Amino acid sequence: MSIGVKVVHRPIDEVSYVRATLGGLKRTLRHIFEEKVTTQYPEERESISKRWRGTHRMLTTEDGKAKCVACGLCPSVCPANCIKLVPGEDEQGNRYPLVFEIDEFRCIFCGYCQEVCPEEAIHLGRHYENAEYSREGFVYDLERLMAQTHPVCEMWDPADPRGE
Amino acid sequence: MIPMPALLQITGPTTEPHFGVWLVATLVKLIVVFVLYMLGAALFTLAERKVSAWMQDRHGPNRVGKGWLQPIADGLKNFVKEETYPAAANLPLFILAPALSFVPAFITWAVIPFAAPWGSRWGVIEMVLAPMPVGFLFILAFSSMGVYGIVIAGWSSNNKYALLGGLRSSAQMISYEIAMGMSTIPVLLLAGNVSMAKIVNQQAFETWNVLNLTVAFFIFLIAAFAETNRLPFDLPEAEQELIAGYHTEYSAMKFALFFIAEYCNMLTASALMATLFFGGWDIPFTLWDNVAPHTGLKTLLTFCAFASKTLFFVFFFMWIRWTLPRFRYDQLMSLGWKFLLPLSLGYIVAVATTVLALDAFGFARGSVPFHTGLILMNLAAVVILFYIVDRGRLISPASSRLNRRDLDKLRAVSAPHPAPRVPESGD
Repeated sequence: MSIGVKVVHRPIDEVSYVRATLGGLKRTLRHIFEEKVTTQYPEERESISKRWRGTHRMLTTEDGKAKCVACGLCPSVCPANCIKLVPGEDEQGNRYPLVFEIDEFRCIFCGYCQEVCPEEAIHLGRHYENAEYSREGFVYDLERLMAQTHPVCEMWDPADPRGE
Repeated sequence: MIPMPALLQITGPTTEPHFGVWLVATLVKLIVVFVLYMLGAALFTLAERKVSAWMQDRHGPNRVGKGWLQPIADGLKNFVKEETYPAAANLPLFILAPALSFVPAFITWAVIPFAAPWGSRWGVIEMVLAPMPVGFLFILAFSSMGVYGIVIAGWSSNNKYALLGGLRSSAQMISYEIAMGMSTIPVLLLAGNVSMAKIVNQQAFETWNVLNLTVAFFIFLIAAFAETNRLPFDLPEAEQELIAGYHTEYSAMKFALFFIAEYCNMLTASALMATLFFGGWDIPFTLWDNVAPHTGLKTLLTFCAFASKTLFFVFFFMWIRWTLPRFRYDQLMSLGWKFLLPLSLGYIVAVATTVLALDAFGFARGSVPFHTGLILMNLAAVVILFYIVDRGRLISPASSRLNRRDLDKLRAVSAPHPAPRVPESGD
């Protein structure tokens, strides 16, 4: 072969079409009786990590008000610029959020807002089913954030890096 | 002329039923077969998805009625979907093509006997729609009609992928038609008849043809895969190359008709394999089902035997589909023309010689020594064939070495041609 093609002469049991076919038939037949790997999603769910960062949730105090003090740290730390916060102040001089909106569509679920929050008010949640019919539907206002009930994300603990 | 064994005549209709009875029975059979057939084709779409899922460690469809109603949901979806007509398509043919591809597969079913005759109160009723004396020729004629639907679909779509798919399909089906027809000649040689009922009876009272004619069975099997456009020979609709081949432009129920046609073809091919090589409706190891009196129970049991044989081959089609990758086009053609056709021709000669020799030695047809001789010859043929096939030169792999002559030919083709001389201008 002058065009320099390397020709490998393999033993017959490697190149035989018949043996390969029979072997393949055996393999596919065996798989019919094997255990299925599918998770039947809406009925069964795979367990997710404790540190799963999903849909946000605003925690409340005992009297049902948002813990948020409208300090403005989360909108400033947010890399995706998805938090809209308009602070307000009551007669006692307590700050509270007049408007607090998170656009879940813009959010990149980095978790900085939860990390930076001094009051442990805003949290990411262990929850991922947040499909909507419109883009506007993804903008969660304060009521909706407070109404979420799913478990919140646990932050990474340097003393226990594997979460055990 | 060899005298027919007396046993063969027992199964023939002893009393001709009255014309009215015949008419009613035929109508009932028509409806029952049609319903079973359509139901079968619908359930095969589910079966295919289930089998493919199981082979890939999945569950398959299990939502609509635990999965059992999935074919109905698919059918409903196809009925309400929008029908699209390409602007440049040839509309009459475009509409005709799905029906053309579906009907021949269905008509073939008319001559396949699916159970033992039923000796009812009103006379013996043959369990076949049309007990034609030329049944087998009818099948050969109609199985080649299926290519029209595909070719016309490919051409009338006015789409290059569809056209290429249609052309491929016609080349493929015509090529394998020959090998398929040739592989069944040994069956006819042994049966001495082209009537399907006679072929079944001959196998019931002697041995199944798969033992006598294993090589013919293998050729028929491979050709059946090519004829039904199933993997590993589904080149007419090779997705990577042709999008969807001949049905690229079809939508909704017309697309579904092609789909049903494929499953009908599969069912028909499976039934043919069962009938020609696996004794049709015969229950193995007993003659109880083949001799009179023909009771309803016998009819039912033989129908179950036939159905299980046919369904096994349907499963085999699916099994192969999820095992073997698609052939390359030149491999397909060389397998058909350079391997299967000469092999089937050689096998006809071998079988005919053996039968003649055994006749000359004075062994009666259907006797034990006759079939021992035939089986021995067949065994030798299988061993030799598989020894040759196992050497790996059956289909040229992509990595195979070209022989010197082919290489020179290719070089000659690709060599730079002398530049054509430009005629000099006049002045």
